[in-house]
Amino acid sequence: MRVGVITFPGSLDDRDALRAIALGGGEPVALWHGERDLHGVDAIVLPGGFSYGDYLRCGAIAAHSPIMSEVIDAANKGMPVLGICNGFQILVEAHLLAGGLIRNDHGTFIRRDQKIRVENIDTAWTNKYTVGQEITIPLKNGEGGFIADDETLKQLEGDGLIAFRYLEVNPNGSRNDIAGLRNARGNVVGLMPHPEHAVEPGFGPDTAERMQSGVDGLAVFQSVLASTVLS
Amino acid sequence: MATVIVDVMPKEVLLDPAGKATARALQRFGDGEITDVRIGKRFELTVEGEVTPKLLEHIGEIAKNVLSNEVIEDVVSIRAAD
Repeated sequence: MRVGVITFPGSLDDRDALRAIALGGGEPVALWHGERDLHGVDAIVLPGGFSYGDYLRCGAIAAHSPIMSEVIDAANKGMPVLGICNGFQILVEAHLLAGGLIRNDHGTFIRRDQKIRVENIDTAWTNKYTVGQEITIPLKNGEGGFIADDETLKQLEGDGLIAFRYLEVNPNGSRNDIAGLRNARGNVVGLMPHPEHAVEPGFGPDTAERMQSGVDGLAVFQSVLASTVLS
Repeated sequence: MATVIVDVMPKEVLLDPAGKATARALQRFGDGEITDVRIGKRFELTVEGEVTPKLLEHIGEIAKNVLSNEVIEDVVSIRAAD
């Protein structure tokens, strides 16, 4: 399966995402924001970073870039799309996921190895986990506070659209400890923490067994390989 | 050429962490008259020709769809500059 990663001006984690896709068994394809061509990929990752310097609102300018109209079309037809951190912000700005992301309630940037719970596995990006599985992957954001009005929140909870939830620490003031969302169809997923930084022994979070050996994020990139039924 | 001013504010019901931090800093000035701060954005759009109702309607759409995110912000005013 060919999985594209779109580089925007200010993307930081695009190469990490490409590497994570390869380690997961997919064929990574680098895509560029200024094109209108998805080069025949089967799935898309919007990587982390600070596209357009977070000007206007995080992810807002990227959400209106030329390639995003193709991404929105493809997502609406069922193509798996994953947004990580800034990619999650781009997905909410593109209205592919609900709610919004605002500055962390404590006002500072935070970087930590974050424990989260996989709440829903009926998606293109979480089907290799088990429901309720607790995983640890890095988190690093300044504007990761997930918000939605009460009615939207109730609907997200009622429809089972919460993909990941923070455990132990709510690092940014997100409502209902929401770390990641899915859409109704299950092909679009966004999350603030970074699965692509926990895919390779020696470079991931610490575990009880060994320093930096955590690879809990790898299943995200393996899941999409089993998701062709959606596209 | 004319200028159209668009003001956008974070929704009142939401936390405005930047405003809160600024409000705390302002406690050091004065005798505590200032009790809260909210920080919004002002856009100054330079336009060709006159500001017509049609143009303001068009800018209203842009303000709603691009300049603001209705989940977290409100467009509080759109007006021609004096």
